[in-house]
Amino acid sequence: MTVRDVKELLEAEVLCGEDRLDEEICGCFASDFMSDILAFARDQNLLITGMLNPQVIRTAEMVDMPFIVFVRGKVPNEQMIELAEESGMVLLASRFRMYSACGILFMHDPNTKPCKTLYSDQK
Amino acid sequence: MQDIVFRSEVDGNDYQRAGEASRHTKSALKRLGLPPEIIRRVGVCMYEGEINMVIHADGGTATLTVGIDKIVIELKDHGPGIPDIDLAMQEGWSTANTEAQTLGFGAGMGLPNMKRSSDEFKIDTVVGEGTTVTMTIYIK
Repeated sequence: MTVRDVKELLEAEVLCGEDRLDEEICGCFASDFMSDILAFARDQNLLITGMLNPQVIRTAEMVDMPFIVFVRGKVPNEQMIELAEESGMVLLASRFRMYSACGILFMHDPNTKPCKTLYSDQK
Repeated sequence: MQDIVFRSEVDGNDYQRAGEASRHTKSALKRLGLPPEIIRRVGVCMYEGEINMVIHADGGTATLTVGIDKIVIELKDHGPGIPDIDLAMQEGWSTANTEAQTLGFGAGMGLPNMKRSSDEFKIDTVVGEGTTVTMTIYIK
């Protein structure tokens, strides 16, 4: 799945980073708690959040997540977009709520396993 | 190789700019060509510490020393100190204010995150005088 696929699936607007839309998504983390992102995000380059302040950009940068989708119709201000542009990040804005956005991406992720397999993996 | 030292003053009054020192330090470490996983861990340690200094201690000084086999991060403030370190280290325990919470912090994960992301972690604190957190990350 590429960033462009995410944009299309979530009917998102591209706010910056148009030149990186063909890059691959290797994993996704969704949260509004910055400390949880810092603690638990590993080898994931897509962040889904409804939080809207410059700390989101800095947090994502700290854990090497260059792609961010803002959900719930939230649109970052110019300061945030400039900060992201300085770091070469891609910002997307989607009207979907976080639960729906995660569900849509999960359903379309070619690596998603059927639920039965997921359950058997846990045993 | 001589140690390389980065020192930043952290402004305690500007929540919006909190994290800038960590951002610049991370860029500098990338230019030094250190492994990405080491840079990520240093970034998490320093950023959480910087946010803590803004939330709890009215700012402070962040010093990062890059040696041949390790990176040492020292975060020194002259804030109120930590009365009960064991309690402060518990995930979920927080005394952060509402402003910090509106930015997505104050969930009681800061110090545990710093400990988890470093190889050695030490807190020296005196109530009423301040706190120094020292973290070491070995370059393997």
